[in-house]
Amino acid sequence: MMEKDRSVVAVNARKTEIIRKAMGVDYDKYESGSIAFDYEAMMNDTGYTLEDNIRIQRHFNVGNTPVFELHNLTALARKLAGPGKGARIFIKDEASNPAGSFKERRAATSVYHAKKMGYKGVVASTSGNYGAAVASQAAMQGLKCIIVQECYDSRGVGQPEIVEKARKCEALGAEVLQLTVGPELFYETLLMLEDTGYFNASLYSAFGVGGIETLGWELGHQFIENYGRHPDVVVAANAGGGNLTGTARGLIKAGCPAKVVAASVNLSGLHMASDNAFNRKSFTTAHTGFGVPYAVKPDHSDVPRSAARPLRYMDRYVTVSQGEVFYITEALATLEGMEKGPAGNTSLTAAFALAQEMPEDAIIVAQETEYTGAGKSIQPQLTFARKNGVELKFGDPADEVPGKDIIFPASPDLLKARDLDLNHLRRSIIHNEAKGFTPTEADIRFLAEETRTSEAFVRETLADM
Amino acid sequence: MAKKGDYVRIRREIVPAGERDASVPADTSATPLVMWVKGYAQQDARIGEECSVITRVGRAEHGTLIEETPCYELNYGSFVPEILAIDDQLRKALFGGDR
Repeated sequence: MMEKDRSVVAVNARKTEIIRKAMGVDYDKYESGSIAFDYEAMMNDTGYTLEDNIRIQRHFNVGNTPVFELHNLTALARKLAGPGKGARIFIKDEASNPAGSFKERRAATSVYHAKKMGYKGVVASTSGNYGAAVASQAAMQGLKCIIVQECYDSRGVGQPEIVEKARKCEALGAEVLQLTVGPELFYETLLMLEDTGYFNASLYSAFGVGGIETLGWELGHQFIENYGRHPDVVVAANAGGGNLTGTARGLIKAGCPAKVVAASVNLSGLHMASDNAFNRKSFTTAHTGFGVPYAVKPDHSDVPRSAARPLRYMDRYVTVSQGEVFYITEALATLEGMEKGPAGNTSLTAAFALAQEMPEDAIIVAQETEYTGAGKSIQPQLTFARKNGVELKFGDPADEVPGKDIIFPASPDLLKARDLDLNHLRRSIIHNEAKGFTPTEADIRFLAEETRTSEAFVRETLADM
Repeated sequence: MAKKGDYVRIRREIVPAGERDASVPADTSATPLVMWVKGYAQQDARIGEECSVITRVGRAEHGTLIEETPCYELNYGSFVPEILAIDDQLRKALFGGDR
């Protein structure tokens, strides 16, 4: 047999063929030949309904996580807010999933489907909690598992949060292939898929994002059952967009009218593929370095069409600083008695600020927590930052310069959620998707759906191009 | 000296410096893409020598031997006084007194 060309160019040229074999999904059939593609058909074609996903997740001990009211954080928010302001703050304790995060919802159906289709194993490229989630589900469902991680800088220094995730993946039986910084992560993943014939458990598949719908659906039902009403606002951390997309779709399916707010850690100024910048950031996910580009260009992942399309569902997009998320992580420990991982508290940090804008009888929910441990808790993270020349200080977090300093609020009233201009992001995705095409009427409708705007907004944006 | 059958960690350059993806910034482009993986050594080898391994899922890999019986040495970091200062500030802001 002739050895296949393993160069980056040659492997990337085989991408469509590799992905088709590794997923059994023919993405071409959703294409219109122009800008539009049939998103809902892609989401519905998995063969798994919301009810199927709930059944599969229950069987593999995923989901049905508790909702906790944070009385002390609520009381503190009310002290800082104006009279009559300060919504009740809740979290959904996703850390109680078997591998410690909501990501297991994303993994369960992919692994189930892989097994049903006869694949012997699964591959996922991720430096986040998704690795442990896939490893956990592969362990439970009896498949082999390879996790491909971007983990080290060129000196071989690993971000402690990612090294911890590698440890956890191995503890759950996976093989972990670790790489230095760079987008060639996807190239290596394609090679693994081709070499092993395993299933591509992509973060961005319809199986994955469909699996998160159960989170939104549970929220919708839990609040009615336990508190007799819907929440007013659900805050979801945003990176690749799947968390927000799946949660929002699940809320809609549960008939819950809550507004959906995206939250990311502000890492502006740090290039995500930079070797030098890699270890100068404390958050390896849920940050603007992923959140913004994936929102405006969702299809540059490891599948031809991403199921994660957050601008379709976002009512608002806010950022918080690294110092603020560390601060709220400590607040959760010292005021609420719960030690959780910092990245999973990104949405809670935003919720604490947003609650202060809302009336006292309103409800705001941060829809996740994540597990913590060595490497992942705030002390090793801050130790690592300091070792890498990042200054730690108290002051106004608005002044934080990612990579240079981490600023904890000098007083709790300085903690703020800062709005990103959603219309700017909407115009960007229209520009990106329409580039090189003469939009049809169907394209205009599609772009209005992509941006949750009107055909008039799309036409106006296109006219400005 | 790792013996055949020992569990080891290897390192291999996958994409040489200067041939990196066009989208990466200059600092990254000047470095190779490097891969690390663990597996059972297929021959005796010293640190720094070439070694082939069979990984946990049964794949054949090769690279430079860098670690015998690899383990994690993650810890909880050093004392960070700012964390206690945050605690004190929050408790004072909420409860007022010295709780």
